[in-house]
Amino acid sequence: MEKEFNLSKKADEFLQMFKKGEEFTKNLLKENERLRFRIAQLEEELEKAGNEDRKMLYEEKIRVLEKEIGSLLERYKQVEEENKDFASKYLEVESENNNLANLYVASYQLHSTLDFNEVLRIVLEIVINLIGAEKFAIYLMDEKSNELLPAAAEGISLSEIPKTKIGEGVIGKVAKEAESYFIEDFGERGSSPADPAHPIVCIPLKIKEHVIGVISIYSLFIQKASFSNIDYELFNLLAGHAATAIFSSRLYTQSERKLTTIQSFLDLLKEKPKK
Amino acid sequence: MPNILVVEDSPTMRQLIGFAIKRIPESRIIEATDGVDALKKLASEKIDVILADINMPVMDGLKLVSLVRENPSYKNIPIIMITTEGAEEDRKKALAIGANAYLTKPIQTQELMKLVTSFFP
Repeated sequence: MEKEFNLSKKADEFLQMFKKGEEFTKNLLKENERLRFRIAQLEEELEKAGNEDRKMLYEEKIRVLEKEIGSLLERYKQVEEENKDFASKYLEVESENNNLANLYVASYQLHSTLDFNEVLRIVLEIVINLIGAEKFAIYLMDEKSNELLPAAAEGISLSEIPKTKIGEGVIGKVAKEAESYFIEDFGERGSSPADPAHPIVCIPLKIKEHVIGVISIYSLFIQKASFSNIDYELFNLLAGHAATAIFSSRLYTQSERKLTTIQSFLDLLKEKPKK
Repeated sequence: MPNILVVEDSPTMRQLIGFAIKRIPESRIIEATDGVDALKKLASEKIDVILADINMPVMDGLKLVSLVRENPSYKNIPIIMITTEGAEEDRKKALAIGANAYLTKPIQTQELMKLVTSFFP
């Protein structure tokens, strides 16, 4: 009986112990679950914190890149502007080069000979080819009669061009005042027939202020709608260089002629038979 | 090295065209004063492009173009007319005869250079 009682007591004790063990295990499992949850929470927080840092880093990078893009765009615009400037400067230089070539060739040709007729031919060539004049005449001053006499012409017969007194009409006035004349309404005159008394352009040929003649332009080629800057430069060049070229070649031709005459006279004297 | 034949009776124009052509790298200018002179140069030199005026003494530019186009040795050489004749019918006439391009005077050297180089292979 007592043995049975001891056994029952021990069984109770064991049961109690087992229950305690069960309770302890349950508590342990609960604590484990709580800790796992906490770990998960912490991990999540940690991850969140990591994402925030990365986000901040990325945002910073984006800001830097945006700044770089901004400065690159700014630089691109600057370079584009510079390119435009270079392109326009290139065109200017090209045009200037073209103008200088025209002026150089005109000047070179004018002073390439001392033959009077050759100089006149060169002046005609320059006015035709470099300016684009269709009908025009070169008048030279006759100091004795104080008149302008036509010396050469293009597109119009010399016989059709009347001589002009200094101070009379447009041509005479240009010769007197030594100032170039340009018609005001160029468009209207472009297609009208040439009138020797009414040029569209008249340029005095002058050495310093001494006028030795004029170039009188009556019409331009169909493709030449108006004058450009180079035309005015050429007119200026012609006013001076053509004048000196014509003047010096005329003097040279005259002196050559005189020299030939004197030489012939001397030869005659030498050949005089001795008595 | 492209050889460019400049056929022009005016020394002023020959010199001006020469200025433009000299700026084309390695180009060489051969000058002729009229159509007959040009045919002689064509026979003695290998020409890549011809620049020819229309109004010239002895033989004009249009006659030169037609003779060049008739000759099997030269018929493929590009020809650029440079002239004072600005009327549309003159242009059409020159192109119909066989000119490849038509430029009117006064010329712009830059335009001439572009046109000449456009005919280089």
